[in-house]
Amino acid sequence: MSAPLLEVRDLRIEFPTRRGTLVAVDGVSFDLAPGEILGMVGESGAGKSMTGMAIIGLLEPPGRVARGEIRLEGRRVDRLPDAEMRKLRGRRIGAVFQDPLTSLNPLYTVGRQLEETILAHLPADRAEARRRSLALLAEVGIPAPESRLDHYPHQFSGGMRQRVVIALALAAEPRLVIADEPTTALDVSLQAQIISLLRRLARERGAAVLLITHDMGVIAETADRVAVMYAGRLAEIGPVREVLKSPRHPYTVGLMGSIPRLQAGGKHHAPLVQIEGAMPRLTAIPPGCAFHPRCPRRFARCDAERPEPMAAGGALAACWLYDGPRR
Amino acid sequence: MTAVAAWARRAWDHDLAWRFRHSPLAILAAALTLACVGGAVLAPWVAPHNPFDSASLNLSDGFTPPAWLAGGRATYLLGTDDQGRDVLSTILYGARISLGVGLAAVLLSALAGVALGLAAGYFGGRLDAFLMRVADIQLSFPAILVALLIDGLARAALPRDRHDAIAVYVLVLAIAASGWVQYARTVRGSTLVEKGRDYVLAARVIGRSPLAIMVHHVLPNVMGPVLVIATIHVATAIITEATLSFLGVGVPPTQPSLGTLVRIGNDFLLSGEWWIAVFPGAALVVLVLAVNLLGDWLRDALNPRLR
Amino acid sequence: MTDRAASSRPLVRVADVGRDFDVSRPWLNRVLEGAPRLRLRAVDGVSFEIAQGETLALVGESGCGKSTVARLLVGLYPLSRGRVEFDGVDLALAPPAEAARHRRRMQMIFQDPYASLNPRWRVRDIVAEPLRVLGLAATRGEERERVAALLAQVGLAPEDAEKYPHEFSGGQRQRISIARALSGNPEFLLCDEPTSALDVSVQAQILNLMMTLQARLRLTYLFISHNLAVVAHVADRVGVMYLGRLVELASAAALFAAPRHPYTRMLLDAIPDLEMSGRPRTPVAGEVPNPLAPPAGCAFHPRCPHADARCRVERPALRPAPGGSVACHAVEEGRL
Repeated sequence: MSAPLLEVRDLRIEFPTRRGTLVAVDGVSFDLAPGEILGMVGESGAGKSMTGMAIIGLLEPPGRVARGEIRLEGRRVDRLPDAEMRKLRGRRIGAVFQDPLTSLNPLYTVGRQLEETILAHLPADRAEARRRSLALLAEVGIPAPESRLDHYPHQFSGGMRQRVVIALALAAEPRLVIADEPTTALDVSLQAQIISLLRRLARERGAAVLLITHDMGVIAETADRVAVMYAGRLAEIGPVREVLKSPRHPYTVGLMGSIPRLQAGGKHHAPLVQIEGAMPRLTAIPPGCAFHPRCPRRFARCDAERPEPMAAGGALAACWLYDGPRR
Repeated sequence: MTAVAAWARRAWDHDLAWRFRHSPLAILAAALTLACVGGAVLAPWVAPHNPFDSASLNLSDGFTPPAWLAGGRATYLLGTDDQGRDVLSTILYGARISLGVGLAAVLLSALAGVALGLAAGYFGGRLDAFLMRVADIQLSFPAILVALLIDGLARAALPRDRHDAIAVYVLVLAIAASGWVQYARTVRGSTLVEKGRDYVLAARVIGRSPLAIMVHHVLPNVMGPVLVIATIHVATAIITEATLSFLGVGVPPTQPSLGTLVRIGNDFLLSGEWWIAVFPGAALVVLVLAVNLLGDWLRDALNPRLR
Repeated sequence: MTDRAASSRPLVRVADVGRDFDVSRPWLNRVLEGAPRLRLRAVDGVSFEIAQGETLALVGESGCGKSTVARLLVGLYPLSRGRVEFDGVDLALAPPAEAARHRRRMQMIFQDPYASLNPRWRVRDIVAEPLRVLGLAATRGEERERVAALLAQVGLAPEDAEKYPHEFSGGQRQRISIARALSGNPEFLLCDEPTSALDVSVQAQILNLMMTLQARLRLTYLFISHNLAVVAHVADRVGVMYLGRLVELASAAALFAAPRHPYTRMLLDAIPDLEMSGRPRTPVAGEVPNPLAPPAGCAFHPRCPHADARCRVERPALRPAPGGSVACHAVEEGRL
């Protein structure tokens, strides 16, 4: 059992606003093993993107890490000065964001951007950097890479651009890749291509991936483990098969039930499971369990004490239903 | 009463009001503008003398220096000009004309510019192409020249006394005509963006007429930048009017504005009676600066990206 | 009032419609560069019918023309070719007053909940706009009651009428959009990706709401979506579009159980497997070609594993097949 690549302990991210403090992430803890793909799933405002941003050190002020620790290969990275963080980014942590249009600099050729990243982080000269860039483009499946190296981002189609972004993220051979909604802006046929590419490359290079998305389908295809976020807290975390097939936390149960399935086969079937109400505003999170006002299985303890993730079947769920003998 | 109180409370808490309260520059600029405008509006009550009442003038009081210099008198705080008119009073009355012309010109300019910009943006096609070419052509002339042109045409077309009577209106028209383009362009750009938005499409599906959509749906959403342009335009309009008056082609001498005062004082500048030109000039600078600062602050405060 | 359609005649009939967009560079540029006029065939020869009370879904990836079809139907774009009939009336040929009267029986719901409501208007004005235009409420009081009833129908409170759109979440704004669409008592609702911008749990609420409303108010839906799983829940029949053409049209049951067209199969295969059944899948090939220069013959042939010489030159027509119709030479020839 090797040491975890990434350790997040009790992470708390706050945004001081004029109307009070907004807690975007509240006490989240998880590990990521080398070569593992952890999916972080949740709806808008659940705090998954914030967690990714905090790990890579790109939290926009006034947002800040108010409490907790983030350790990469044993070394604390949450309070590093900018200069140190910049060295980490690219070399140890790579990033793939949602919009390929804005992830690439439109004024430089793709080859130049790749070479610059390689030169900045790895001991190589220009010629070697160019060779590696070529190899990277080929690896991500860009046809005729020699000619494409000197093309600008706008000369690539959407799917190809996202492949270039993946190449860029992997250029300096990072151990950890943070992918924030990498396929959301793409058509479904492209999505399939990109997520299989990401998975294959991660496996081949032994890089761990934190895959942040709202799409459970992408998680099912790609991740080894999944963490379900709700209102800035971890609701459930465990192996993908376990959480998706036998969800324990009532929110996860509701979420899985509300996803439309192809098997429905047309109208005139049961309505989709719907969770009443909406996710609470981050400035007004209910006491105790954040989900309790919407939970069909709540009882007395739920609005008084906040549950921490506890053993529930093969996973961990933050729910009092799983606290020892039944109440 | 409570509805008004509730509205007042909301206005106070509004983002813009909060920014205003926390910006010393904005407060200073607003205070200055208010002082100038207040002085101008209340001139008949605030001014120590009435400089346009020839009966009250005393030619022997002419060329009195400001009160703190030798030969000055307290009743003529900033001195008098060659005709014995109190400089302070003429500044207050002159500011009236300057502000009046400036505000009227901006209002007219904004109205025309916004209307044309909306039409050009919404209908597109030939109307848009035509209006934008007219705008382009006009922009290749300096604004002053355009104003001069219109004013000159009016002078040539009308006999002297007729012209004097409506000179102020011609001036307002001239300055307005020189400034409509910036409104039209901005509004046209915003209209092009809003026109494609789903809420406008929804209104079309409901069956609203293009005019109704432009006025009720698009206009409220494109007015933001117009406010900023207008504020800064007030300053420009005042300067334009002052320039034209200084050149002698603005307001008639019977209703002098700040620019006219500077022209009058200009003749005496080097012969020692500097106060006749300097004080009106300083008043002009303070007024324009205050309005400009306010406009700048407003533009930054309303810019969502700078937040 | 509204005249409900006779039960035998389809409510909506679309015959061979086409829409071209002129995407040429500006005139001056064309003259100076000698560039030709560029025409984009966004929709090319699409035909279908929708029966009263039915939900027809149009699916396809971005740029396939499904949204354009909806806008053609509702009159936001003029037709370049073809005919649209509503309740038997050809809308392009009818006198303007009659066409307008029929147009009022259809309404549209848009994709982006943040752009489909005027941010400067209060909710009550937004929802009441069709009422006012159609003159359906005689007094202010009546209008207020009607708005409150509509809001209740979509699950919102009467007090919400006084608020502005920015005070609501995405799901609530879509409810307001639905309330606005229903306020003129339409029979036919075009839904352009109504839940694509919403979270999955909110989507479930909105889809359930739309199904309930359809049953209660006997509405007919044209449901546009890129998400086949959503379509599997709401549609009676499904049309699959590719590069402006309809490649398959079948009942939902038939389409999902036995898809015929190679593109439909590819789409279904590409959908992530939430059941984690480990079913075998053919990897997806290529990307959608540039719509300005569509392939000759069958638009899908460059990506199709079953393409032959005929596919490269001859465009397949939509022909009946068990369960619906398909536009594919391979299916017609029995190769598939």
